[in-house]
Amino acid sequence: MQVAFTVNGRPATVDAPPNTFLVHAIREHLHLTGTHVGCDTAQCGACTVHLNGRAVKSCNILVGQVAGAQITTIEGVAQPDGTMHPMQAAFKECHGLQCGFCTPGMVMSAIDLCTHHPKSSESEIRELLEGNLCRCTGYQNIVKAVQMGGEAMASGTPVKTTATA
Amino acid sequence: MGASDFSNLPHIGEALRRKEDYRFLTGAGNYTDDITLANQSHAVFVRSPHAHAVIKSVDIAEALKMPGVVGIFTGKDIEGKMGGLPCGWLINNPDGTPMKEPMHPILAINKVRYVGDHVAMVVAETVEQAKNAAEAVVVDYDVLPALVSVADAAKTASGVTLHDEAPDNRCYKWALGDKAAVDAVFANAAHVTKLDLVNNRLVPNPIEPRVAIGSYARGTDDYTLYVSNQNPHVERLLMTAFVLGLPEHKVRVIAPDVGGGFGSKIFLYAEDVCLTWAAKQLNRNIKWTAERSECFLSDAHGRDHVSHAEMAMDKDGKFLAMRVHTDANLGAYLSTFSTAVPTILYATLLAGQYTTPQIYVEVDAWFTNTAPVDAYRGAGRPEATYLLERLVSRCAWEMNLGQDEIRKRNFITAFPYQTPVALQYDTGDFHACMDKARVLAEVEGFAQRKAATEASGKLRGIGYSSYIEACGIAPSNIAGALGARAGLFECGEIRVHPTGSVTVFTGSHSHGQGHETTFAQVVAARLGIPVENVDVVHGDTGRVPFGMGTYGSRSISVGGAAIMKALDKIETKAKKIAAHLMEASDADIEFANGEFTVKGTDKKIPFGQVALTAYVPHNYPLDKLEPGLNETAFYDPTNFTFPGGTYICEVEVDKETGEVRVDRFTAVDDFGTIINPMIVEGQVHGGLVQGIGQALLENCVYDNETGQLLTGSFMDYAMPRAADFPQFKLDTVCTPCTHNPLGTKGCGEAGAIGSPPAVINAVLDALAPLGVKDLDMPASANRVWEAIQKGSGSDAQTAPPQEPSLVGSTQGRPAP
Repeated sequence: MQVAFTVNGRPATVDAPPNTFLVHAIREHLHLTGTHVGCDTAQCGACTVHLNGRAVKSCNILVGQVAGAQITTIEGVAQPDGTMHPMQAAFKECHGLQCGFCTPGMVMSAIDLCTHHPKSSESEIRELLEGNLCRCTGYQNIVKAVQMGGEAMASGTPVKTTATA
Repeated sequence: MGASDFSNLPHIGEALRRKEDYRFLTGAGNYTDDITLANQSHAVFVRSPHAHAVIKSVDIAEALKMPGVVGIFTGKDIEGKMGGLPCGWLINNPDGTPMKEPMHPILAINKVRYVGDHVAMVVAETVEQAKNAAEAVVVDYDVLPALVSVADAAKTASGVTLHDEAPDNRCYKWALGDKAAVDAVFANAAHVTKLDLVNNRLVPNPIEPRVAIGSYARGTDDYTLYVSNQNPHVERLLMTAFVLGLPEHKVRVIAPDVGGGFGSKIFLYAEDVCLTWAAKQLNRNIKWTAERSECFLSDAHGRDHVSHAEMAMDKDGKFLAMRVHTDANLGAYLSTFSTAVPTILYATLLAGQYTTPQIYVEVDAWFTNTAPVDAYRGAGRPEATYLLERLVSRCAWEMNLGQDEIRKRNFITAFPYQTPVALQYDTGDFHACMDKARVLAEVEGFAQRKAATEASGKLRGIGYSSYIEACGIAPSNIAGALGARAGLFECGEIRVHPTGSVTVFTGSHSHGQGHETTFAQVVAARLGIPVENVDVVHGDTGRVPFGMGTYGSRSISVGGAAIMKALDKIETKAKKIAAHLMEASDADIEFANGEFTVKGTDKKIPFGQVALTAYVPHNYPLDKLEPGLNETAFYDPTNFTFPGGTYICEVEVDKETGEVRVDRFTAVDDFGTIINPMIVEGQVHGGLVQGIGQALLENCVYDNETGQLLTGSFMDYAMPRAADFPQFKLDTVCTPCTHNPLGTKGCGEAGAIGSPPAVINAVLDALAPLGVKDLDMPASANRVWEAIQKGSGSDAQTAPPQEPSLVGSTQGRPAP
């Protein structure tokens, strides 16, 4: 079946069997491999994308369900010139990632979190990250990154960055 | 260059942000599943649904007719054509006979031995077609009774035999120490403390599942294996030399971006070999991506020990001798380093930070109908630390001493220190770690916090753990004498380009540890060039000369030292070029801050000019010196490194529900020289969460009768989540390692090693007023509630909090 929707601001059409999950349409048909599969069962959150502005787990949605929708993946978050979104910059600044595999899903969830729950406390952020697993970071620096990224998003001022190696 | 000069260089100790982050943050990482090759087909494995069964027949006739099927392979196709998966460490019994080493075929031959064992590989054009065809493979099994628990395995009356080579299912018995001398000390000791404990079985669960693509080029007879792996050269060596009998130069192994390993991606797995071999048989590229359920079933698991430990003390709580017996579960087959984990990597750490003069340890290792067990973050050292630090806190309580006091009375204070269990600690300052941790943890205010907690109807406890670990594995000759079947050096290559930028090739694979940043800092610091002019390449046998890979917190101390040695060679050669250019003698050239100078003059030339001259050798001593500036070095350590520290945990326990909440956690570590403190802190955070996860949440459970895995998904296996933890308080002490050129000790596993006993000691401290003296990990609400009911002697008439009752388990204490 053919399904048309918008991905990262551009029209896309996927011709895939009806039992195709959105994550496979994104990865295998649209070749956007930044969205990852960590568990297939909507537990780990590595596949998180935005569907009409809300974070969803794309391993748990059939591609047919997104006809006409606006999808944003991790590849569509930075500016066209490659400048990172404040949340991406905050993750780097706070060392909120190690192996990087959960990171795209974590960033997509974090942007949603700060958009819809601005000014969350540390413990609220920890609760709201419930849907995303990270096995590397111990979450402490992810929480810090969400706080810093959220502040930058709210204030419109860029994240203050330290030198990169 | 020595460690003290090194630590004073620019960039060393600087929290530079990571080079690798931009690609990971923008979705531009390149993990194995992101790679799609031309003419790529897909594999699905038919796995055993039974823990133990004879395969009567495998019928693939119908499956072969299914749409899209390219090929199907079973045990019959590989029998006699290749070796089994090798075990990399030989352990001998006390009488000198070798361990039992049964064949570990890449596809089951005649018998399956655990749920998830590989029976057939189905290759088709799409994953879905392969899955459909896999369902059409008909396997006729004759189901046998399963042996699951290590406690049951120790009872030889079980009547189950997994391998004919090991009729009683014992792989080996192993012992270290002088039993008679230890027993004599025990006979005269003022006090003996005894403890039984279980180190719970864990599933590593990196968020990226295992993935591999086997590729074959008929034109050149070359193979390429893309695989999510921590040590591609080792993978290639084991696969070519031991299983497939191929020459190494015909096989390239590429481990691109890897989404976490924690040990589970060290090993050579059946799938990797199957895909590589079948790529030639079918003349197709074949991809396999594990589903999470396959990770649970077939990734090598961790821990799973049942132990009894005793400490003999004098009247002042001074440790006189320790004796330990451990039953270790190795699973159904020997995974790559499985045999070393409960022996060499475990028993040698049982001295801990203490001066215990005599130690005797005995280990029985068993085959069971469960997934293979192998190294998982810490590998043997967490098991040793959990046992010792639980025992030490119990000693404190029985001797009526503080948990800190008993440790301080027994700390080693003079170095080097030869332990009674083979290791020689080169350096450390255990009192400094303890003192710093107590201040940071605000131990002085504990009594007040405890009173406040009790006023709210809950309990509060404090737990200590002072760990030491052996990292930087290993001096090859010592490891060889202990049974290792591989060298454990590392290789590094420094390629200086004509315009002065540098590419570093390292055998240390990075899968989250940030080597691309840390190693670049090392090179930039040494050469005095901007760090952005240095890139690090790893994970490809076609590009990196050689490598033993990343495990045992060895990367900076062994891989980094190899890079330092290569830099020494670069510096030596560059000085000769500089001497020629400045018309001075080699001996008068000094190099610092990226400049070559002539001693006693104001002559100087920058590093870039020397680099250019090496590749444009117009004015060059060609009669004495080759052009180019490219050096490779191998480094074999002379000793292990010994990170150590003290961790202090404070928990609150809800008496009504049994729920444990970690309120404070303080970790003070001695990692020697720290190159990038941000990365080191991140490693500690991650380790702590895995260790606290083991203590409170994670538990791999098999049904004891059927051998079915009961915790086979993230719904059943409690992975740590963000809300399970407080902010950790960290600090460090620095006693530089004395025997490598960086002074580094390694930091990757410390958190997972030191934290579990701190947590359980805190829980037991909290529960002490209720009479609870013992508790096994994980301290789930259910277990704690049950312990409270038993310990307080109540009739336990209230219903326990709702939690699935997982009675059957691979673990569990032996029946009295």
